[in-house]
Amino acid sequence: MKLPEIDLYLIAPEIILTAFGFLVLLADVFSPRTEKKGYLGILSLIGIVVAFFYTLPLIGSGKSGFEGMFTADGFALFLKVTFLIIAFITILISMGYAEREGIAFGEYYALILFSTLGMSLMASGTHLITIFLGLETMSIAIYVLAGMLREDRRSVESAFKYFLLGAFATGFLLYGIALLYGATGSLQLKEIATYIASKNLLRNPMLMISLVFLTIGFGFKIASVPFHMWTPDVYEGAPTSITAFMATGVKAAGFAALIRVFFTALPQFRPDWTSIMWLISVATMTVGNIVAISQSNIKRMLAYSSIAHAGYILVAFVAGNDIGISGILFYLMAYAFMNLGAFTCVILLGKKGEENTLITDYSGIGFKYPLLAASMTVFLLSMAGIPPLGGFMAKVYVFSAAVKEKFYWLAILGVLNSAVSVYYYLRVTVLMYFREPQREITGLQFSPASVLALIIALIGTFYMGLFPANVLSFAQKSIVGLM
Amino acid sequence: MFDIVWLVPLFPAIGFILNGLFGRALGKKAVSWIGPSAIGLAFLTSILIFFELLKKPPSERFFERIIFDWVVSGSFHTVIGYQIDPLSILMALVVTGVSFFIHIYSVGYMHEDPGYIRYFAYLNLFVFMMLNLVLANNFLLMFVGWEGVGLCSYLLIGFWFEKDSASNAGKKAFVVNRVGDFGFLLGMFLLFTSLGKHGIWTLDFTEVFANANKLDTVTVTAITILLFIGACGKSAQIPLYVWLPDAMEGPTPVSSLIHAATMVTAGVYMVARCNVLYSMAPLSMAIVAVIGVATAIFTASIGFCQNDIKKVLAYSTISQLGYMFLGVGVGAYSAGIFHLMTHAFFKGLLFLGAGSVMHALSGELDMRKMGALRKKIPITFWTFFIATLAIAGIPGLSGFFSKDEILWQAFSSPHGHFVLWLVAAVAAGMTAFYMFRAVFLTFFGESRVDPHVAHHIHESPRIMTIPLIILAILSVIGGYVGVPHVLGGANHIHEFLAPVVGGSEPGKSHAALSFVAQAWASGGENGGHSAALELLMMVISVVIALIGIGFAYLFYIKNPTLPKLLAERWKGLYRLVYNKYYVDEIYQVLFVNSLKKLGVGLWRGFDDFVIDGTVNGIAILIGWISSVMRRVQTGLVQNYAFSMIVGGLILLVYYLLRTIFY
Amino acid sequence: MLVEYFTIGIFIAIAIAFACFAVLASHFLGQRKPSAIKQAPYECGMTTVGSSFRRVPIKYYIIAMLFLIFDIEVVFLYPWAVVFKEYRVFAFVSMAVFLGILILAYIYIWKKGALEWE
Repeated sequence: MKLPEIDLYLIAPEIILTAFGFLVLLADVFSPRTEKKGYLGILSLIGIVVAFFYTLPLIGSGKSGFEGMFTADGFALFLKVTFLIIAFITILISMGYAEREGIAFGEYYALILFSTLGMSLMASGTHLITIFLGLETMSIAIYVLAGMLREDRRSVESAFKYFLLGAFATGFLLYGIALLYGATGSLQLKEIATYIASKNLLRNPMLMISLVFLTIGFGFKIASVPFHMWTPDVYEGAPTSITAFMATGVKAAGFAALIRVFFTALPQFRPDWTSIMWLISVATMTVGNIVAISQSNIKRMLAYSSIAHAGYILVAFVAGNDIGISGILFYLMAYAFMNLGAFTCVILLGKKGEENTLITDYSGIGFKYPLLAASMTVFLLSMAGIPPLGGFMAKVYVFSAAVKEKFYWLAILGVLNSAVSVYYYLRVTVLMYFREPQREITGLQFSPASVLALIIALIGTFYMGLFPANVLSFAQKSIVGLM
Repeated sequence: MFDIVWLVPLFPAIGFILNGLFGRALGKKAVSWIGPSAIGLAFLTSILIFFELLKKPPSERFFERIIFDWVVSGSFHTVIGYQIDPLSILMALVVTGVSFFIHIYSVGYMHEDPGYIRYFAYLNLFVFMMLNLVLANNFLLMFVGWEGVGLCSYLLIGFWFEKDSASNAGKKAFVVNRVGDFGFLLGMFLLFTSLGKHGIWTLDFTEVFANANKLDTVTVTAITILLFIGACGKSAQIPLYVWLPDAMEGPTPVSSLIHAATMVTAGVYMVARCNVLYSMAPLSMAIVAVIGVATAIFTASIGFCQNDIKKVLAYSTISQLGYMFLGVGVGAYSAGIFHLMTHAFFKGLLFLGAGSVMHALSGELDMRKMGALRKKIPITFWTFFIATLAIAGIPGLSGFFSKDEILWQAFSSPHGHFVLWLVAAVAAGMTAFYMFRAVFLTFFGESRVDPHVAHHIHESPRIMTIPLIILAILSVIGGYVGVPHVLGGANHIHEFLAPVVGGSEPGKSHAALSFVAQAWASGGENGGHSAALELLMMVISVVIALIGIGFAYLFYIKNPTLPKLLAERWKGLYRLVYNKYYVDEIYQVLFVNSLKKLGVGLWRGFDDFVIDGTVNGIAILIGWISSVMRRVQTGLVQNYAFSMIVGGLILLVYYLLRTIFY
Repeated sequence: MLVEYFTIGIFIAIAIAFACFAVLASHFLGQRKPSAIKQAPYECGMTTVGSSFRRVPIKYYIIAMLFLIFDIEVVFLYPWAVVFKEYRVFAFVSMAVFLGILILAYIYIWKKGALEWE
């Protein structure tokens, strides 16, 4: 009789997230209905901080366990830190927003915690079942979160669309996993790679189909063309705080699983998926950027911009070298800061019953709300890739990875796309500072929590642009042993 | 102790942040405290570090403090780090010390100005940048400081930007400096790549200088000349000096701090810092020395005919900077730095004194409308007079020791030449002449003050006169750290700087420093010349200075009509000098106008038509594609699912074709 | 490998062909004599009254779903019971954690009022 190896310290962050999720749920149902739910947010923040401090000691240990189902290697831990930062900022911006929009459900915070748990599992899973469970834990929580504005038809529509298409994509993913299992007889990523190498299954049609299905499944989560169509509708309808969470967290988790599965389990197929991902990357960047230009709603615009950013990240995925993968980690973190910051600004410009999400609503706010407009400008410029902000360094690493692997055209197309994107990012800035207000926007309330979120995002964006070396060297150490 | 070096730039940075972001909320009073005390604390820290450094034996006087990794990109790696060695700490002392007194002075001088808070924010930022420049342990951080002080200089010259002349002067300073910066950048790039060819990818001072012997002479000459172009811009040397006189549009304490005592000396500091490279390139050294001495005499002559007291001081500054370059150009790095230090004292004082005069005369700058102020503003007069004696090179004052050291080295050093000495000595006499001319016109003779102004002439408040007095004391005693051996003194500053810039006892322990020793083994010592000769030269230079003073006395006290007579006799020459040899006008025609024409041509022909046409065309095209593609987004879930399936099918077909055909 | 698929392919093809053949054969061979009664949706039984899309209380679905969830979880108890003797304490603790989480969920839905019909 052999007991399965169990190391609870390895999954301490996950356990803490689960425990606090339940705590929030129960605290909610045991408290009077009418009470405000702000304290649940604080409870969740505590949970995230505790999880964070249980994540830190794991860094550098590179341990794995649970019979090869779970690992706490640098790659997973870097992403976990990113997820926890994302969840932290999301909850901060949610506290004012949820109250304003009347989301009086304690489940809101619990679901964010559960969804973060799912992301962590996706990053840490070295077994397709773990990864799949993580993905579903994350997705189901997000489906519900997207529909949290129950009175708002667009929110409900967005949740439903996301659920339908998400289930559809999950079906593909599961089918892909099944085919992989059928072909190799294993679900453990390393074992799959070993088996494929030993039996020389490079021309196995089952594996080919599996590859396609896995691409669809993960491609949906990271919003890459042509699996991106849900993004604008869902991002527009969902509560803005959740949109921010999806654009940063879900995307990062999708990339985590994509990189883990493709680089660990299917490295033999690299020539095959490299060429496909090249195409997807270019299509994603181009479609995202070009369609973003003609958007009139800022949330939709940011949705297309997030598609474009997935394309940039895929550039590094195609390059697939050390700089590329560490560049992806760097990019995901920088993107988290700037995108969360931008969505925080979007939230702060709205008030109850008046969301002000039209791009023209931004006209003239530069002088009325100078700090808000200045922060928004910083985030947009960072996304456009203007030095000295985090987005610039992220792009530098990603494109230089492509150049190093001699994907010159990919890098050129990426830079050209980047140039196109400057247009729609700058348009908002121009509106803010050089146009007369189109209509009166008054009485905005800046809750202290969201201001804190804004400050964290600003610091993060500037820090990663001015002193990229620290984060990059952390990222470089993190990917040791992944490839 | 050395670990706290980062505090030195940190204090001004905090001052800048507090004053710049929260100045209005804190109020004028708090700003008056924060501004000077930030610098005061930095000064105090520098003093502590200085004394700590003195405790160590000369060969161990080196310390590096890496704050953090800054840029890591492939083989390129740069840190934010500060280095303490005799040169950098001396610069830090001069910068923070002089800044401290000028900050205090500014509290009084700028008190009524509506931009008071902005002023202190800029000034703190300037000191922060300047400290980065002098304390940096690599070229890149030095360049950040270099550009940063340029920015502050621009902001402060154009401080009263509502005046056209001020904002134009700011622009001019910025543009001319860019020309120099371009040289600096190219020099840095060339250095980086040519060392890279030997597999050493670094911009760190220690590593660069330790490996400098791997470079060939031609490369080093190119590098050093390019770096010197940068120095010409920043330190206002021929041909890039034209911005400094115009920079006098800024507030007078700014002229004193930035455009006399500190920023403009950055070029000298840079050459001294790179002495290892310069010592390897005799041609570059000759160029530095010749440009320096030419600038010294050329601008001194312009100083003859200026009537604006600050313009006189500006040309005098350029001329003195020329001396410093002459010093470093003949390999007497410590003499150049010595003069830099004493010059910071007396020229800072002269500007502050001029500011005090302006304060008394409600902003009057024209010396033709001054006169006989000696009795009315005695403290200003005496301090100004002491500084004038110092700059004129009267024995016993600081300027004498440092200037004489340079003159002697210009003559005796293996890189020196008799002609260099002669020109420099004549320029020294001219300096004495125009400085005493300024003193006589301002403080002696008959009062020519506007009667409206005359009745409220008053001495400046104590907050302004105390810095004057302190700087006056420094102008007197500052020279005694470097009394030449021939006068029975000990040249402390020379020995102190020796581990960095070479000298009688070069340091041996440090890798970089031992190379200095090698570079210096070939020469740099004044052996072969007798002490008697040195004394003789000293006497000659004093006599020349006295002749200059005598002429000034003759022209402006004894016989005030004489200058006019002479001006009429040699009308052409007078007009030529009075109009500063028409250099500005020549530049205007040669560079500014032709570049403008080229710019306009490119703008109208190339930019508007070709570039804009292409860009706008592409923009319109992309906008059109965008609106078409937008229609694909129907909002119907089934369409979205369909697109996923189509996408999947395309991938599948692609893979199957790949499988079949490969 | 491909040969195995090939046999499956033949099988699928025969199945499709047979199904088509049967439908088409009855279509062409069979006689058709339509009448009103034969055309009615229900040949026997009652005709529906009103729309068949009626509103059903949401509670019905909630309870049904909750039943399904807890019912399915019980399925895990079977394999667990099989290996229980082998793993003993380990198995017991694992299942206790699992059931504990379920109980937390149960408390949650109870307090939330999901089990109340009115």
